[in-house]
Parts: sequence; C-alpha cells; structure tokens
Amino acid sequence: MQMPLPDAAVLALKSVLVDRLLAILPSDAVIHELTETRAYECDALSAYRCPPLVAVLPRSTAEVSAVLKLCHTMGVPVVPRGSGTSLAGGALPTADCVILGVARMNDVIETDYDNRFIRVQSGRTNLSVTGAVEADGFFYAPDPSSQLACAIAGNIAMNSGGAHCLKYGVTTNNLLGVTLVLMDGTVVEVGGAHMDAGGLDLLGVICGSEGQLGVVTEATLRILPKPEGARPVLIGFDSNEVAGECVADIIKAGILPVAIEFMDRPCIRATEDFAHAGYPDCEALLIVEVEGSPAEIDEQLALIKTIALRHDPVEFRESKSEDESKKIWLGRKSAFGAMGQINDYMCLDGTIPITALPYVLRRIDEMSKQFGLDVGNVFHAGDGNMHPLILYDANKPGDLELCEAFGAEILKLCVEVGGCLTGEHGVGIEKRDLMSVQFTDADMEAQLWVKDVFDPAWLLNTAKVFPLHITDARRAA
Amino acid sequence: MRGVPPDMVIRPTSEAELADHVRGTNNPLRIVGGGTRFIGDVGPADVLETSGLSGVSLYEPGALTLVAQAGTSLGQIEALLATEGQRLPFEVPDMRGLRAREGVSTIGGVVAANASGPRRVQVGACRDSLIGVRFVDGSGTITKNGGRVMKNVTGYDLVKLMAGSHGTLGVLTEVSFKLLPIPEAAATLMLYGLDTRAAVSAMAAALGSPYEVSGAAHVSASAEGYPVTFLRIEGFAASVAYRAAQLQTLLAGRGELVVVTDRVQVDRQWQSLRDVEAFHGTMEDVWRISVKPSDAPNIIDAMPAHTRVCLDWGGGLIWAAVDPSTDMRAAIAPFSGHATRVRGGTQDSIAAFQPEPLVLAALAKGLRAKFDPRGVLNPGLM
Repeated sequence: MQMPLPDAAVLALKSVLVDRLLAILPSDAVIHELTETRAYECDALSAYRCPPLVAVLPRSTAEVSAVLKLCHTMGVPVVPRGSGTSLAGGALPTADCVILGVARMNDVIETDYDNRFIRVQSGRTNLSVTGAVEADGFFYAPDPSSQLACAIAGNIAMNSGGAHCLKYGVTTNNLLGVTLVLMDGTVVEVGGAHMDAGGLDLLGVICGSEGQLGVVTEATLRILPKPEGARPVLIGFDSNEVAGECVADIIKAGILPVAIEFMDRPCIRATEDFAHAGYPDCEALLIVEVEGSPAEIDEQLALIKTIALRHDPVEFRESKSEDESKKIWLGRKSAFGAMGQINDYMCLDGTIPITALPYVLRRIDEMSKQFGLDVGNVFHAGDGNMHPLILYDANKPGDLELCEAFGAEILKLCVEVGGCLTGEHGVGIEKRDLMSVQFTDADMEAQLWVKDVFDPAWLLNTAKVFPLHITDARRAA
Repeated sequence: MRGVPPDMVIRPTSEAELADHVRGTNNPLRIVGGGTRFIGDVGPADVLETSGLSGVSLYEPGALTLVAQAGTSLGQIEALLATEGQRLPFEVPDMRGLRAREGVSTIGGVVAANASGPRRVQVGACRDSLIGVRFVDGSGTITKNGGRVMKNVTGYDLVKLMAGSHGTLGVLTEVSFKLLPIPEAAATLMLYGLDTRAAVSAMAAALGSPYEVSGAAHVSASAEGYPVTFLRIEGFAASVAYRAAQLQTLLAGRGELVVVTDRVQVDRQWQSLRDVEAFHGTMEDVWRISVKPSDAPNIIDAMPAHTRVCLDWGGGLIWAAVDPSTDMRAAIAPFSGHATRVRGGTQDSIAAFQPEPLVLAALAKGLRAKFDPRGVLNPGLM
C-alpha cells in the first residue's frame, strides 16, 4: 500500500505547530511525544501503521474550528478520527498530519421525542446513542457490528450500515443534520430537525465522504420507537443456490424482515467449533428476524416457514424463547471471532445484486482453490452486502499480499455482476486503488469537484478514497 | 447549435445524443421531464426534454430493484411494479391538479424534485430510495454514481446530491431505486375536531408509538368544514387490525375517532392528501414549508389571516394557500426550516426557492460552477 511521502516542510514545522496548538487547546488535548502519538498510528486495518506528527483531542466545535483554522493557515494536513474502528484505513495517519480525534466530544445535546430526534456531539459511540433513549422506548437504528466502540462521527464519515438496514436503512437515511467545520475553520449548520434540504442536499454528500469534506462535530439523528418484540428463525439448506432462492422468495412475498443473515459451510463449521451454537451441519444457513407484536411475529414467521419448506430445508428452527433467540444469533455474532481463531483474516465488504449470489459464491470457491487460501462467507443477504473472510497467515512472508490480491479479485467480481466495492465499510486506503474498477475517470472527477469546493486547499484526509495518481496534481497544488 | 435563438425544443432519444447537445450548445437550457413539477424561472432558454429517454432497463422483484431511463413515465413504472405487488416506497405526489398542469410526470422529474408524499415519515424521501443515477453534466460529460444495490458506500454519494437539485447540476438520464412490497391491508384512523396544536400532538403520539404509522396528516377544514386528522397503518391484515386497535387505545380521549379499513377508500383518502386536493382549482398561491413538526402550530399562528393550511409528515410539512404575492418566509423566519412556492409568482419577484444562509449558498454556488461551468443548466433556478 503506497502512501504519499510526508511533506518535509511540514515535518520541520512540528515545534512551531505544537506551540501554536498549545496556545488554543488545553495541554492535555495536544499529544506530540512519539511514545504517545503511536496510540494513533492505525485504526482497525492494523496491517498499516504510521504515527502522526501530532494528535489533538478537542472538546468543542470552537476548539475544532480553531485547530482547523491553524492547520489551514500553516498548510498542515489533517486526518479526522472517530473511535479508530475503521476496517478500511479511513483514519490512518500520514507522518506529516495532525490527527483530529473527536472522542472527547460525547455529550447528548438535545433529546426530542415529539419530533423523534436526538442531537449529540459526534464523538459519542453508536450504542450509547441508543443508550440515551432506550429507557423511553426509542432506539437509533444503524447498528454496525462495532457499535459498542464506533463513534457517530465515523458512522457519518463512512455512511455505516449494520445487520438491520433492510428495514431501517443506513446512516444517511437516519441523519437529519450536522454541524460541520470546514478546513478553514468555518462552522456551518447543514440540515436540522426539519426533514428536507432547502437547497442542494449537501448533507447527502457529506455523509459517506470519509472525512474529506469537513469535520462533523454535532449530529441530529432520527430516533425510532422500539418495536414491541423481535424473533429470529434459523433455516439450513444443502446448497447456497437454494438458500439464495429462498431469500428472493421471502422478499417477493411481501415480507420485510429486519434482518436476513447468510452463512456458508466454512463459516458454520468455524463458529460451531468456537461458539457451540448448535447450528446444523449444512451448506448454507439463513437467520431471518422479524419484528412486531407476538401475534404479528407469529403471522410473519408462519409465512416464512411456508416459503422455506417449499425449498426443502435441512432444518427450520423457530425460536420459542429469548434464550433460543440468543442462541440462534450467537453463532452469527461470533463468526468473525471464530474465523479469527483459525487464522488472521481479511474481511471484505462488496455488495452484489442478490440474484447473483449463487454465481458469486461458486466463483469465490473456485478462486479460493486457485489462490490456496480458505474463505468463509457471512453476510447480510437481504441487501446483498457480502463479507467474505479470507484466511491468511500474517507471519508467512507474502501471504498478506496474496490475500490482498485474492480480495481484489473478489471485489472486481462484485462490480462485474452489477455490485460495488464496499457496502458499508468505506473505501479508505484499502479499496482506494480499486476505484477505477467501478468508476471511470469522469465519474471520479465529478466526486473530486465536491472535495475541491469543500476543501480547496486539499488538506483533509487526502490520501484516501481516490487512487493517488488521480489526485496527485490536487495534493501537490 | 451555436447562435440558435432560445426557445427551441430539443428532445434527444439517447443519452449520447443528449450529451452531444449539451456539449454543443451555449444557450441556456430549461430541463424538463413532463413539466408537471417544474417550479421557478430560468428566463429565456431552449427547452431540453428528457421524455425521449424512455424504458425500464432492469426490474428484479426478488432484489427489490428497478432501473429506468429518466424520461420513463411515472405511470408506466407504477403499473409495472404493481404487477409484482411492489411500489416506489415514497408515494410520489401528482402535482398536476394542484398546479393546473397537463403533461406526463417522468421518473427523472420525480428525482430532480425529490418528490415525496405522506409515507416519507416512515420510509424516507425519494432520495432515500434512490440508489443510482446516470447524468450528463453541464459540459456534456456522462457520469454515473451509485448503482443498483441498496448498500453502497463506494466513493462520494452524488446520488443524494442529484436528488432535489432540480436539474441544476446535471441532466438525469437513468435512475435506480430500491422498492417495497405493497402491503396486503391498510387502514386510516380519522380523528375529528382537533385544532392544529392538538392534531400535531396526536400525530406525534402516534408516530412515537411502535405501531408503524405510515402517514400522519391534518386538514384544518375538510370538505364538510371541520378539522380532520388522518393516521395510516399498512401491513398484513391481522397486524393492521391489531395496530389500529392499539392506536385507538393510545389516542382515546383526544377526540371522536373513526377507523376506515376499506382499501379503495383508504387509498383515495391518502391520494387526496398526497396531491393536496384541498387547494386545487383556486387562485391562491401555494407554499410548501418544511419545518420541525412541533413548530408547525406557532408558524401557522404567525401566517397572515385567512391562510388555509394542510399538514403532512406529522406537522413537518405545511401546505399553505394564501393571497397571491404574499411572502410566507416572514412567518418561518424565527424557526428552522424553509419555504418553497409551488404555485403562483408570475406577478412578483419573490423567489420560488428559499435563499440559503451565506456559507451554504457559497458551497452550492461552488458546486454548480464545477458541475456546470458555463451555467447552461436551468441557470438561476435555485
């Protein structure tokens, strides 16, 4: 993975920069000793590391604005950071950058049940947003699997999803407004408690822009009343194709489950060995969850059962209790951990049209043999968001490179069948050099125009999302 | 095309032809689908019609996905989806009655206006169901963004930016949507006699319940002359019956309540609310005002006397009918939100679109200068 060379002129400014930062921030908010900046050298894509020049941890929008204004004046690049859980390297520093972490900004600013929104500082974790409203019967819908740790700032940057998006959508569908600080320190309110944009939908393009347009310091989020209940079923099949057909038939029947999760045999085996969830020994397994009152759940599950039985499942297991529900979810929720017990793994995130599922799984299996690396598939089947987990050995020279090459082939396949490189993790540095597989230069140019307008000096998180050769001229200017 | 005086009508039949035309002209272009939703003024311009780009390119019911050429008629798409028991989730309003327009609404026009009806409170706006676009920018370059899968964070989300941009950033040539099944049953709960405050409060209680309300609207004077508040629930029949009963309990004591379960009648009611039939055929200006729902009663109080209002989105959308050339922006000035004039305005200089705060306006101007450097696409519209 190539990163731009650090700017020697910026590196030489370090002591001046630190002094000026200390003049606008409390001393505990400026981290500049190498022993301490190392804590910010990577995110959850830990194969790539680089300590930043300085890290700052402001506590308010005004402090964020002062930092950005200073960096803008001095020409110092900035990489924003939420909780550092990006799987795509979205918060990977460069040696000449200031890491701007929002983790200390985690207050709830306003809770409004009549208008069904909550306004929070962006460093607040995803799960603690729901935590702030659940006693009153509400929740925040997007639920990335890192929700215990990940920050709303990062969710907005990556437009994060989760297991329940089939019904509730992803971050962008649940975001009403933000306070955004531009690179020159300008603070701007975008959106708010009203529903639609008055002019261009800038909020729509800010969400998912991977911290390249500005730093979000506060967010107004839609909260929803909690459903009365939820219950999953587990359905086992002896072929991936049939499981895929069953998913399509459930959707065509007019049922909208909150989640449809899919696991293939390698994943089922690994999770069984690890978590002992009691999953059947089969080729493919679906977990389908529906919501509502007990009677509504019964009605939907009866329909799902009728559909599933037409596909000759090897197992149809209905949860009869909270405990059984937990057990059904246990294997799925431990899938990543279980694969991690076997070896190091790389988690991909391509999305495909669900009709292409059997073909894509067959091709991944063929490629697995060709590359000599094992793959387990676990994913959100309702929306086609795949998570192939490629196993490799980080201590074996060349294995990471082999794994990355295999991953790139899988992602190219996703695009080839009409899908995309990333469904919820973001491009970051991980998929940066594959963007040309999905987009023409003109497609990317239109996206870069947005960055040109929001960050004309090209200082914010610049080495991400777009292939470096496409942005060379802009970064050098 | 250089030197051709404005006012000619161009109707390309392919994306390439459309791109060629935009590239080759220096004349301002008025971008039109079926012309049923066009608001505001662009001055003298050639008319670029997209209705020649027609047809559904892909429909996969099992994946809840549709891809269509931008000029495809809304009616054709709705009819096709109905054959599989599916629909566009966001309940597109038909603006022809309100605006006394003829014409055939196109799907590209729906997207350009981000047109969304009562179900927006439950499933989001047009922009929330839109998953991909192709468009021709102001230099004639063909660009795509998003695609045909419902989870996609690859690159910046220009899909949302294009929705509601009213043809000022590019001419849409193809649009993709995620769809939803048409539910088996629907019911309307009608609450009689509530004033605006009580109605907004009742709607907030219903929308804040777990009973999945898919419409919350209020008319201050029905055809019979009294206020009615409407709440809709949709789903499987048994579930609709259960939730209707639960909501009746929840709303007990707020006013006389009637439940309508006849599908034809329910659909007709929501079509009437969606299309703002209360304001059809009058001489008043009509404004569409987007606000925080609980602010609606105070904003309505600040409006000129004799203003007629209908509320949708639980109070978050105010439709207001007023004397011609009344500037409604004064009423909302102390609140967050914005007002768009959707009918009237030939006799005055009040802008159809609300002017934006300075920083937002500068960002929007910067984007337009990039996407349309020569300023030929609906110039000056927004």
